[in-house]
Amino acid sequence: MSFIEYFISALFLQAGYNSALVAVGAGLLGLSAGSAGAFIFLRKRALVSDAISHATLPGVGLAFMIMVAFGSDGRWLPGLIIGSAVSSAIGLLMVEWITRKTRLTEDAAIGAVLSVFFGFGIVLLTVIQTMSSGRQAGLENFLLGSTAGMLISEAMTIAIAGALAAAFVFMLRRPMTLVAFDPEYAATTGVNVRNIDLAMMGLALIVTVIGLKIVGLILIVALLIIPPVTARFWTNQVGPMIGIAAGVGGLSGYIGAVLSAAEASLPTGPIIVLIAFGFFLVSALFSPLRGGLASALRHQRFQRRVHRRQGLLSLARREPIYDGLTLRILRRSGMIRRDGVATARGRVAAQKAARDEARWAVARRMLPDDSAIERYDGLTPIERMMTPDQIDEIDRIIAARNGAKA
Amino acid sequence: MSNAKLVAESGKIVDVAAKDAPLTVRGLTVSYGNKPAVFSVDASIPAGSMTAIIGPNGAGKSTFLKGALGVVPRLSGEVRIFGKLFAEARDRVAYVPQRASVDWDFPARVIDVVLMGLYGSVGLFRLWRSRHREQAMDCLERVGMADFADRQIGQLSGGQQQRVFLARALAQNAEFYLLDEPFAGVDAATERAIVSVLKELKAEGRTVVCVHHDLSTVPEYFDRVLLINVRRIAEGPVETTFTAENLQETYGGRLAATHIDELHLA
Repeated sequence: MSFIEYFISALFLQAGYNSALVAVGAGLLGLSAGSAGAFIFLRKRALVSDAISHATLPGVGLAFMIMVAFGSDGRWLPGLIIGSAVSSAIGLLMVEWITRKTRLTEDAAIGAVLSVFFGFGIVLLTVIQTMSSGRQAGLENFLLGSTAGMLISEAMTIAIAGALAAAFVFMLRRPMTLVAFDPEYAATTGVNVRNIDLAMMGLALIVTVIGLKIVGLILIVALLIIPPVTARFWTNQVGPMIGIAAGVGGLSGYIGAVLSAAEASLPTGPIIVLIAFGFFLVSALFSPLRGGLASALRHQRFQRRVHRRQGLLSLARREPIYDGLTLRILRRSGMIRRDGVATARGRVAAQKAARDEARWAVARRMLPDDSAIERYDGLTPIERMMTPDQIDEIDRIIAARNGAKA
Repeated sequence: MSNAKLVAESGKIVDVAAKDAPLTVRGLTVSYGNKPAVFSVDASIPAGSMTAIIGPNGAGKSTFLKGALGVVPRLSGEVRIFGKLFAEARDRVAYVPQRASVDWDFPARVIDVVLMGLYGSVGLFRLWRSRHREQAMDCLERVGMADFADRQIGQLSGGQQQRVFLARALAQNAEFYLLDEPFAGVDAATERAIVSVLKELKAEGRTVVCVHHDLSTVPEYFDRVLLINVRRIAEGPVETTFTAENLQETYGGRLAATHIDELHLA
């Protein structure tokens, strides 16, 4: 079976029970990572999860050594998960403690904890390599993740824990939203900010330790952060953002696991992260809401409207126009002739623009607190912002004033 | 013999009146590092009053408010809200933080922020119902922001942001409102809108406390003042307490004599 054929069949869970379970496990891991990561991103604490993930390594090494000392295999996944959870919890609390009790800022604390724990973990791994007992081969896979030779029970553990973590995120969504947006206000409404922060980081910790086997500790932070950043391009609301982040994370995990199963030489973690990055790239460029292309187009359209309006007002006031872009826009829309003289259509449009400006000037004095005044951007036609009755009244005031002048 | 009478006979009638006052503070000290930002401040805010907390920049006005509400840790002092610990009277209090204290690029619409004011009453798990939305819309209506309900909050002007924060506090339907610099950097329309809402709250018998920085509007907007410069300088009705002497003591040399002359002082 060729790589492509295998990939297609695996994508639709047709490549055997084992690899299907691994793919589903990776998908649920990505789902929980994306949704938990969304709140960590909104709370602006992405780097803390980096410290958490690097702080798992000593736990992996120590748990392995302890299990070997008690005569077992040493690679029993639940044991390694518990070990890594304990050591990364210690790392997390150290970051917290350093930030709270010393004058060091959080980024300095993160840098210190991250490197010390990771260094200690590497030393332990090296020691383990020289140990005679235990089947240490494959332990280094915790750095970059691998699904090769994964047991069914391991995939099950990861899938169930991932689903539980995602459910936990859903339950805590309101207090976490409140703390991420406005912690001081949250405190006055009875939310325990410190506990919610710990729960948020606890979720990152859970995602990290269950993701060790598939994504690896170096790259798990990417699975926590890329999905929410991607989701942010598509929505301006927390709820949909969590959903999209969970979807992007889940899909990345699922597709990545299938790909690396199809071609065993592909490392699982980096593949998953690259797929997530693909989602990010497409979103950053093409999202209609906040993507780069759409904003560039919006900006250009806005600039044209401004130039058109300014040009029409200049025509109405019989002022010369020098700006090249303004001239081009007016000429192309048939407002002026090639020699710069206004066409009949141009004169009508210019008069309308000037009249609307005068109307807005009156409206601002007449209704200083009206929300239409606040929303006015200087470009939208007045008919779309005010009722015909309001415009009639404004025109009456202008007429009365002109009458008084005459 | 009733308790009230017992207290009355021992001559502490004031304490009876103040027992269930919206806010009673004794010896509140809050410090950042080893420098007290607020030192041993006493205050007593009677029900139904509108109090301005005034003092120079860095005098601890906002810190006093945050210390009273437990947002920042207290070094010492005692705070009672309606005669109880804040944790027991929380649902009777609404706090409006400074507008600049949050990131307005947060993914939320105006209505979402106002709904945050209902988290306490709706609970953390139940879904929103149309009546919650109507409640939130009513609050936006009161601050003149109903047309903006679906706007992304990042697109609002400073004054509009401030009104959204006020609407969120209104959604809490509290008896006691504490606002941190609600008029800082807002346009005239917003200032009018906020003042009229605050006066409505007072007319409904609710209590309002504002950290305020514009001395010229104090007599027009408020009926009481609390003057703070790390320590409490004075507290009382505007007519008797908002005096040139007290202001001079609060602001020291930072307030020009000519400026004081221009104020409508007692």
